[in-house]
Amino acid sequence: MADGATLAMPRAEAPGGASLKRFARRRSTIAFLMTLPLIAVIGGLVAWPAGYAIWLSMLNRRMTQFIGLGNFEILLDSETFRMVIFQSVFFAVTAVILKALIGFWLAHMLHHLPAKGQKKWRGMLLVPWVIPPALSTLGWWWMFEPTYSSINWVLAIFAVPAVPWLGEPWWARISVIIVNVWYGAPFFMIMYLAALKSVPEQLYEAAAIDGATGWQKLRYVTLPMMRNIISITVLFSLIVTFANYDIVRVLTNGGPRDLTHVFASYAFQVGVLAGNIPRGAAVSLFMFPILAVIAFFVLRGVNRRTKEEL
Amino acid sequence: MTKGISRRSAMRAGAGVLAAGAIGAPMVHAQGSAGNLRFAFWDHWVPGSNDALRQLGARWAERNRVNLTLDFINTTGNQLQLTAAAQAQSRSGHDGISLAPWDPGAYADQLEPVDDVIGRLVQKYGPINPVGEFLAKRQGAWRGVPATSGTQNKPALCRFDLLQQHAGIDVRAMWPARGEKGPGADTWNWDTFLAAAEKCHAAGFPFGLPMGSLTDAVDWVGGLFASYGARITNERGEPTIRGNQQLRQVMDYAVRLSRFLPNDVWAWDDASNNRALISGRSALIFNPPSAWAVAKRDAPQVAENCWTIPMPAGPQGRFVAYLPWTTGIWAFGRNKNAAKAFLEFLSERESAEFTTNFSGGYDIPPFLSMADFRVWETEGPPVGTIFNYPLKPHHDARYSIAFSPAPPELASQMYIQALNTKVIARVAQGGETIDAALGWLEREINNMRRGL
Repeated sequence: MADGATLAMPRAEAPGGASLKRFARRRSTIAFLMTLPLIAVIGGLVAWPAGYAIWLSMLNRRMTQFIGLGNFEILLDSETFRMVIFQSVFFAVTAVILKALIGFWLAHMLHHLPAKGQKKWRGMLLVPWVIPPALSTLGWWWMFEPTYSSINWVLAIFAVPAVPWLGEPWWARISVIIVNVWYGAPFFMIMYLAALKSVPEQLYEAAAIDGATGWQKLRYVTLPMMRNIISITVLFSLIVTFANYDIVRVLTNGGPRDLTHVFASYAFQVGVLAGNIPRGAAVSLFMFPILAVIAFFVLRGVNRRTKEEL
Repeated sequence: MTKGISRRSAMRAGAGVLAAGAIGAPMVHAQGSAGNLRFAFWDHWVPGSNDALRQLGARWAERNRVNLTLDFINTTGNQLQLTAAAQAQSRSGHDGISLAPWDPGAYADQLEPVDDVIGRLVQKYGPINPVGEFLAKRQGAWRGVPATSGTQNKPALCRFDLLQQHAGIDVRAMWPARGEKGPGADTWNWDTFLAAAEKCHAAGFPFGLPMGSLTDAVDWVGGLFASYGARITNERGEPTIRGNQQLRQVMDYAVRLSRFLPNDVWAWDDASNNRALISGRSALIFNPPSAWAVAKRDAPQVAENCWTIPMPAGPQGRFVAYLPWTTGIWAFGRNKNAAKAFLEFLSERESAEFTTNFSGGYDIPPFLSMADFRVWETEGPPVGTIFNYPLKPHHDARYSIAFSPAPPELASQMYIQALNTKVIARVAQGGETIDAALGWLEREINNMRRGL
């Protein structure tokens, strides 16, 4: 009978061969061998590129000399890059907060619809999230387009003056956030809807018997029950939004005056277009440590709460 | 009896798949005894222009018994630039590739010197224009052959009716479709331009001059700076901003000019100016004839009132914005001699004229002696509209590229980051003083120079 360490009883053989067979038959060895393809995929497609990017970020422009953290230091000295940091944080934080609020509101609305109507609305509200963002952003660009904006055309009907959506810095910032929220809110909606459906109805009934108002039910029943899903969704969205590229690239190309650049679009401009690959790698890696720390604390909180619930 | 697929049938099926793939590939076949050659060219946005290179390639490949494959990669989403960067990193890919203006310098170490090819071509056709030479000749050797296909000038593409009506300028009389200046051509300077911009703006037809970060914006502003002698760095890349009176002068001019442009030019891309002209909303843009060609198809009433003339002159002379492609041969390529022979063939006068004809006159050959192709005289309507598109001796003009004479590793960064339009925008849109904006410019350049 297997004892947990081996799969079969050992037979008496030559010492060298026997130990090799024992090694091969260990559960840990077999488990390792079976996960090897996955390890190879992660190593080749995640660890190696990440390691290579870190290595690149420590080279000079010609990639002939190791300069340590020189590229990071140069970037922090640049006013443009400091503005990119501000813009990236402003863009990601604002967009994630708006997506979370709108997603939560939509999820609540859907949750209280009858099942038949709910399906239709759910399908329609998911459309923005299903369309490839580069394509939908192009549609938005046509609406914002500096000279022939269709939104301005509609505003003109109501005698509202034309808005320079992409030409004026704050409008341009708002425009990229609008498109990101439009694209990302359905993701929050569907996650929150799933979480809402998993909240036991008895809790609301008990709260109702205790005389809880709608707000109190939300505050003391719904939100605590959704804490984990809210944390994970916000974390995931924060990471994805910080890494956003296509919306800025298609809509404003970072302009006017670099005031809408985010890390990814600026990294592409510096690294690929201007031919300074190491500095571009440094730009793209800049948020990695900060996001890693945020991810650590958020996931630790989720784990703690899960253990408490158990 | 055998079951399933036999070795022979599998081979047959495999051959069928390969044949189908070969038919689908954009390949120019010949009897391949002289090896294989594969080039990546810029995918021309004038419809049908790639056919010129395809036909020339087929002709050359057949004559030289080379299996030649031509891939056309577009610059939408910077695909071509990404391909070049990836190939340079991996040291594998095509034998030769179209390189954007500053790339011969950026990849100089990995490009095969082509001095022998250039030497023979120069002997036949005279000198290559100085900007083409400045960009392609790096580290003491020619790192690529300046290309005809895709190379463009950005002179003024005017609505002569609107300029006549609202600014009182007859651009066709100034710059007729013959090799001489007309009356008033010598007054075609930036001051005249500013007065015309103001009048056309007041009439509701503002000049469509982009001030964003893409090439049309950077190029025309580069020409403006050059005509004022306003250089922001020297040949070594050291900033020449402090105490630079020409720079202050051109900044002041650009800020005044920007008041008469549409208020959203700061976000314009390379298509916005074309749309402004084609829609009939603008009296002048700086562009190759592609905007006129589209107008010919979509808005004929606009096209027949278009006329191309040189850029205005400044205190230091007249400059024309020039955006060349260079075809480089990778040093890690396997068939470098054949690649050189192919590029030499493409650069010959007959091939260059063939290429320019296919593009409807868009393509500009790098040799100054080739500014007399008939296509520029005959294209219309109106006939002669692009006669003055290539730089001709009577223009008294020089080619310019923004940020020269900075070294390419710095210039490419300044160009891509559009420092020249941004420094103007900081004053005109951001409300900074010229001193503050120039201070920012100097700090940015110094920062870019670090870690080179």
